[in-house]
Amino acid sequence: MAEFALPANSKIGKGKAWPKPEGAKNVKTFKVYRWQPEDGQNPSVDSYEVDLDSCGPMVLDALIKIKNEVDPTLTFRRSCREGVCGSCAMNIDGTNTLACTKYISDMKDDVKIYPLPHMPVVKDLVPDLTHAITQYSSIEPWLKSTTPAPERERLQSPEERAELDGLWECILCFCCTTSCPSYWWNGDRYLGPAILLQAYRWIADSRDEATGERLDQLEDPFRLYRCHTIMNCTRTCPKGLNPAKAIAEIKKLMVERKG
Amino acid sequence: MSAQEQTAKRPLSPHLQVYRPQLTSVLSILHRITGVALAAGTLLLVWWLVAAAVGPEAYAAASGFIGSWLGLFMLLGWSAALFYHLANGIRHLVWDAGYGFELETVYRSGWAVVAATAVLTVLAWIVGLATW
Repeated sequence: MAEFALPANSKIGKGKAWPKPEGAKNVKTFKVYRWQPEDGQNPSVDSYEVDLDSCGPMVLDALIKIKNEVDPTLTFRRSCREGVCGSCAMNIDGTNTLACTKYISDMKDDVKIYPLPHMPVVKDLVPDLTHAITQYSSIEPWLKSTTPAPERERLQSPEERAELDGLWECILCFCCTTSCPSYWWNGDRYLGPAILLQAYRWIADSRDEATGERLDQLEDPFRLYRCHTIMNCTRTCPKGLNPAKAIAEIKKLMVERKG
Repeated sequence: MSAQEQTAKRPLSPHLQVYRPQLTSVLSILHRITGVALAAGTLLLVWWLVAAAVGPEAYAAASGFIGSWLGLFMLLGWSAALFYHLANGIRHLVWDAGYGFELETVYRSGWAVVAATAVLTVLAWIVGLATW
């Protein structure tokens, strides 16, 4: 049964308001979720005043500026700062996206930043992705073939290769998976949009010879069919991909193979 | 502290509390809510039909309630739920056939469902009240 309220240890308390930087004229308030494992306290939301005249344009720039200049304990993942690594996925202004590709100027009011929704929090904006990654390995995301290896590469026609467009670009940031209410309530067994898009990436690959096995593994009321076409996944994907369509393609193949 | 203890006391990050309601999720939960409402509304319909079979007095009582302000108000909600569930159900059928997944199309079809619900409900009530 879906638990709509937050557990007692997860309810969000009032946090600290950090002072405005001196002499700053162009200030924006960032309200950031904080939790640290050491002190046994509940999570809280701290507010930071950032001088935009000395800050880069992206939300990640502001977070790095806060960490460098105001509060070095603020914890978040980041790496490439250009939307290809997926590390800085978080909930910004009510939807999931990458902090590095989200403009601060997109938000008129205060910038509200939370970790990816409905995930165990390791610290501050860092969610525990262990379960999602385990689900990823469960779909066996590699090329499987039974025919003997050819002399050189397994070739694809340009048309066969085009089948993978819109799938291979996924960076596994889990913005989509953690935007999905169905995953919130049934994430223990439902694979979620990111993993199902990855599953379809191998099903759609002309070189892969395990399509039947892969479909067998997915044919399950929870693993696949907890998708109710809510479409939050496609709405939030920072790479502009369409997990909902990939899931629909899998569902179609399930029907088609029954003939 | 063991790694297991540490994992056990991790808080759950906020979800419904912070996620922005948007056309995609709102129409989806409305589909479920109207589905439940229709099941409840069907009881009203059954009551009316049974009353008609029982006799003139029972039928008069049922009709009297349905014709009262409360009854009419419930009928309004029920008819709107019916048209919403019908229109969005067709949208789901199209999705199940593999069409209409582009985000722009999703928003266009979503607003079309909202508009169709309003138009069909108003039309049904104009016809209904005119022939009452």
